[in-house]
Amino acid sequence: MSEKKLMKGNEVVGEAAIRAGCRYFFGYPITPQNDIPAYMSRRLPEVDGVFLQAESEVAASNMVYGAAGAGARVLTSSSSPGISLKAEGISYIAGAELPAVIVNIMRSGPGLGGIQPSQADYFQATKGMAHGDFRLLVLAPSTVQELADLTYLAFDLADKYRNPVMVLGDGMLGQMMEPVEFKEMRDLDELPKKEWATDGAKGREKNVINSLGLVAENLEKHNLKLKAKYDQMREEEVRYDDYKMDDAELAIVAYGTTARIATSAIDRARKEGYKVGLIRPITLFPYPENRIAEAADQVDEFLAVEMSTGQMVEDVKLAVNGKKPVEFYGRTGGVVPSTDEIYDKIVAMRGDK
Amino acid sequence: MEKIAGYPESLDNQSTHYCPGCTHGIIHRLIAEVIDELEIREETIGIAPVGCAVLCYEYFDVDMHEASHGRAPAVATGVKRVHPDKTVFTYQGDGDLASIGTAEIVHAANRGENITTIFINNAIYGMTGGQMAPTTLEGQKTTTSPYGRNIKDSGNPIKMTEMLAVLDGPAYIARVSVHNPKEIRKAKKAIKKAFRMQLEGKGFALVEVLSTCPTNWGISPTDGLKWLEEMMLPQYPLDVFKDIEEVE
Ligand SMILES: Cc1ncc(C[n+]2csc(CCOP(=O)(O)OP(=O)(O)O)c2C)c(N)n1
Ligand code: SF4
Ligand SMILES: [Mg+2]
Repeated sequence: MSEKKLMKGNEVVGEAAIRAGCRYFFGYPITPQNDIPAYMSRRLPEVDGVFLQAESEVAASNMVYGAAGAGARVLTSSSSPGISLKAEGISYIAGAELPAVIVNIMRSGPGLGGIQPSQADYFQATKGMAHGDFRLLVLAPSTVQELADLTYLAFDLADKYRNPVMVLGDGMLGQMMEPVEFKEMRDLDELPKKEWATDGAKGREKNVINSLGLVAENLEKHNLKLKAKYDQMREEEVRYDDYKMDDAELAIVAYGTTARIATSAIDRARKEGYKVGLIRPITLFPYPENRIAEAADQVDEFLAVEMSTGQMVEDVKLAVNGKKPVEFYGRTGGVVPSTDEIYDKIVAMRGDK
Repeated sequence: MEKIAGYPESLDNQSTHYCPGCTHGIIHRLIAEVIDELEIREETIGIAPVGCAVLCYEYFDVDMHEASHGRAPAVATGVKRVHPDKTVFTYQGDGDLASIGTAEIVHAANRGENITTIFINNAIYGMTGGQMAPTTLEGQKTTTSPYGRNIKDSGNPIKMTEMLAVLDGPAYIARVSVHNPKEIRKAKKAIKKAFRMQLEGKGFALVEVLSTCPTNWGISPTDGLKWLEEMMLPQYPLDVFKDIEEVE
């Protein structure tokens, strides 16, 4: 284990990826994630890696598709509008069952939007990334340390499932500086072997990386195989964090930086005697629906807080399944909800306790 | 010595899905022969396009990666950066390379990416049923230019190969054809050179091959070669547009 270092979130993504054995980065500049490619362009040559600034996000994601097929641990990062362009490559990567890690440091939208923090790409990340019947495994860190740990983990999960994994942060997390401790540098020789990779058919049958399926029955079989992986993720990869949930009567559900602001609001409300807790999803797919369903037997009501007009709240409602009321509080367009606003919402909901 | 009989090792011995009179198959064979002759079958990764040749990953007996439409040069870049010692080629149609994939081919060429591109120009979108391509000739009738391509509304037949040759990145850029045995021999020579230059680390090489699509040109399979010669050659002259070995 290394010393704690004070580092910016975006740069931490780069260092954690390199520690995880990633030696290839393809990307295109966009605010607020520009420190990631900048860091990689400086750092990758030091470890005999390759940094390439692509001509577009479309090209970058297809370079990732090629490098992943060739057997490498590979990273690309972008911010909301750029992720929309990467969607093509991501769909092919998922269809061809390749491991790759994509980081989205979300900014506000739609369209060109703004460069302030946002969580408006939740639907895109968890449900509608691109065409076809597939899922990303989505990790949502809320601190710079967790950003490091989840980026590191993302590469192992991508290899485990042969599936793209997305680390979903926001502009605030990317820009913030916090102390961080990195995991050890992975020995490249110890990384999982990939017999399916395109590295030349020497002494074996040829390998083909492909997502074409012209025969409906065969493609259905393939899609069901993909679904089995997603079901396995639901069994094995759900991650969440509880905060002061033991005696909670109101459960706030929030992820990423919004969860941190909610935590401050909860601390303040607790001092005033309000029994409020937090369930913080760390994996957005698979979603901690069982945890929320279980909490529905305990608390009186739920409050989803997001930097959007309400996206994850739909998953909260699905999990609660009508058992208890679910309310929503959000700011959007790059506006970050304040501790006061969330506190006021708690008081409005709990009223006379 | 040129192989004149027998099936190339780098081509799977199976029948293809190409229409009668289509020259995709001839071009596959030339590439496979070149790979055999350079003895790089076990060191080669091919990138298949989206187009009639999408299934070429089944035909070439080398490692293959099927790209998204037009992005083969980006996919090839990813593969090549991971395996700089392996030979990487893309096989792309004119819709793939000259329309949807213009950015990817221009920038791969401009980076001097050490890959080989075989660009199949048949002046039409074959796979999707004969729509107008950017390479479609003036006046040529297609399903989306039923009155003949009108330059004023839909632009001019694009000369990608000439365009790419003005870049500093590429090592070798040529246009060849396969409409008679003599041209087929020349085409093979150009393809072999484009692969050899990659082996020597000289950088990006592209060979445009004029090819037939009698099915969507609306003519008989036997008339395809004649149509290619008479209609396409005046618009797409055969030449070497860039060769860094010439100036060395
Ligand atoms: C993103 C996307 N757009 C459109 C298509 C439909 N499509 C498949 S092949 C093709 C054109 C292929 O034409 P060309 O590259 O000239 O190859 P040919 O079939 O003529 O050999 C198109 C438009 C697609 N598969 N993907
Ligand atoms: S449609 Fe045209 S390009 Fe496609 S196989 Fe038939 S003749 Fe060849
Ligand atoms: Mg064509």
